[in-house]
Amino acid sequence: MKAIVTVLGTDKPGIIAEISGCLYRYNINILDITQTILSGYFTMVMMVDLSAMTCGFGEITGALDALGGKLGLEIRMQRSEIFDAMHRL
Amino acid sequence: MLNTSEILSTISMIKEQKLDIRTITMGISLLECAGEGAAEKIYDLVTRRAERLVAVGEEIEREFGIPIVNKRISVTPVSLILGEREDPVAVALALDRAAGTTGVNFIGGYSALVQKGATRNDLRLIRSIPEALSRTELVCASVNVASTRAGVNMDAVRLMGEIILETARLTAGRDGLGCAKLVAFANAVEDNPFMAGAFHGAGEGDTAVNVGVSGPGVVKRALEACRGEPFDVVAETIKKTAFRITRMGQLVALEASKRLGAPFGIVDLSLAPTPAVGDSVAHILEEMGLERCGQHGTTAALMMLNDAVKKGGVMASSSVGGLSGAFIPLSEDIGMIDAARAGTLTLDKLEAMTSVCSVGLDMVAVPGDTPAATLAAILADEAAIGVVNQKTTAVRIIPVPGKGVGEWVEFGGLLGRAPIIPVHPESAEAFIARGGRIPAPINSLKN
Repeated sequence: MKAIVTVLGTDKPGIIAEISGCLYRYNINILDITQTILSGYFTMVMMVDLSAMTCGFGEITGALDALGGKLGLEIRMQRSEIFDAMHRL
Repeated sequence: MLNTSEILSTISMIKEQKLDIRTITMGISLLECAGEGAAEKIYDLVTRRAERLVAVGEEIEREFGIPIVNKRISVTPVSLILGEREDPVAVALALDRAAGTTGVNFIGGYSALVQKGATRNDLRLIRSIPEALSRTELVCASVNVASTRAGVNMDAVRLMGEIILETARLTAGRDGLGCAKLVAFANAVEDNPFMAGAFHGAGEGDTAVNVGVSGPGVVKRALEACRGEPFDVVAETIKKTAFRITRMGQLVALEASKRLGAPFGIVDLSLAPTPAVGDSVAHILEEMGLERCGQHGTTAALMMLNDAVKKGGVMASSSVGGLSGAFIPLSEDIGMIDAARAGTLTLDKLEAMTSVCSVGLDMVAVPGDTPAATLAAILADEAAIGVVNQKTTAVRIIPVPGKGVGEWVEFGGLLGRAPIIPVHPESAEAFIARGGRIPAPINSLKN
């Protein structure tokens, strides 16, 4: 199962390190990362593979929420099918 | 690979434009519960079949990151399974308990289909509606009084005028809230996931998963990008947006069906507003160039919106059904509330709008002293529009006890708030007293 992680907020050092560290703790593999600054906002999109994940979906989204709170960022993880459904025939 | 702008556009639709799945509604057949002792059998069956409904809804919400606002249950019209000696209100109480146990937001199907004639059980059920709605929290009732093939059952229309008024009276302490859970239909559909009119038709299987999507805010935002363009550009933009929204609905419906072990029924392609800012159908019409919803031009704008939503959505789902179209519930749409307060949106204009969009006069608050015959005449007009146009129409009207024109009623939550708008004062008593049936209309010689 693949998912998309999106991170939106103010840029600061260590964002990628913190998030990839969190994903690594649950054995989630990062497949692709794109990062940009859009209208002054740090915007990162990651595609990740959840097939070897060591926890449930609720646990990882809870951990990312907590991390988002700590870093002052919005972090979401959503299964990739929703984006495929809306943007691909 | 998806590109960043596509991903961010979906997130913006959910976060800023209030895109959501309005409801996952599980249809459950009660036919096996028919006869005496139905109430207990119904409670057991509904709580067993829908045991995982709310949990599954929450799982999908979490994994896909899309809000699922309501989880609901629809059941076989209760008049069909009622035992001769069974108290219909006991069944309503059992449904209410089952809804409470499963954690759903509403349960619909306290219903009777009397478009041509009423059985003893139909009449017992209809007469029990005021008491049933005053003694339950989560039960929704509906009565189909007309169809294109049967015409309009004017005896049922007359009775429903009285039932609406009595329901308001018995829930007077809550501004007639019971009437917000009661809808009278023409051409009711059997797979509608939306309340208050959802029921699981007799032609359906044991269970079905029906999903209603929403997203007026997404359509409005898309139209902001084509200001001043001709209507064919507007229509194309709406179609593309409706396609995307519906694809998401289809995905959620299939996922819910798989996890619940219940067959996928339909996706209802609807634009269902909420009282929240940015979630209004009226504001879409105003984005098209109207100064205010309800003015001249509103019917044309709504017709185009409704049609384009269907055209865009129908290809995005393997099975489309329910009410499918734009809803115009007055108290649930901030733009309609403002237009009614300004006096631009009147009952007569709302009636015209119902001839081109989904359903009908919805969540309209009128003075508490409106006579039953006038309520029945309003219903007769709506039924006539539905019957002759071969479409579903409905009336969900609240004669607010003790309040008059210009006063406000607050229902709270998704049911919203509304100014009380006037009805015509002329008497409909003699018209409604006739009863009988308005024959089914001719289906050729269309002019």
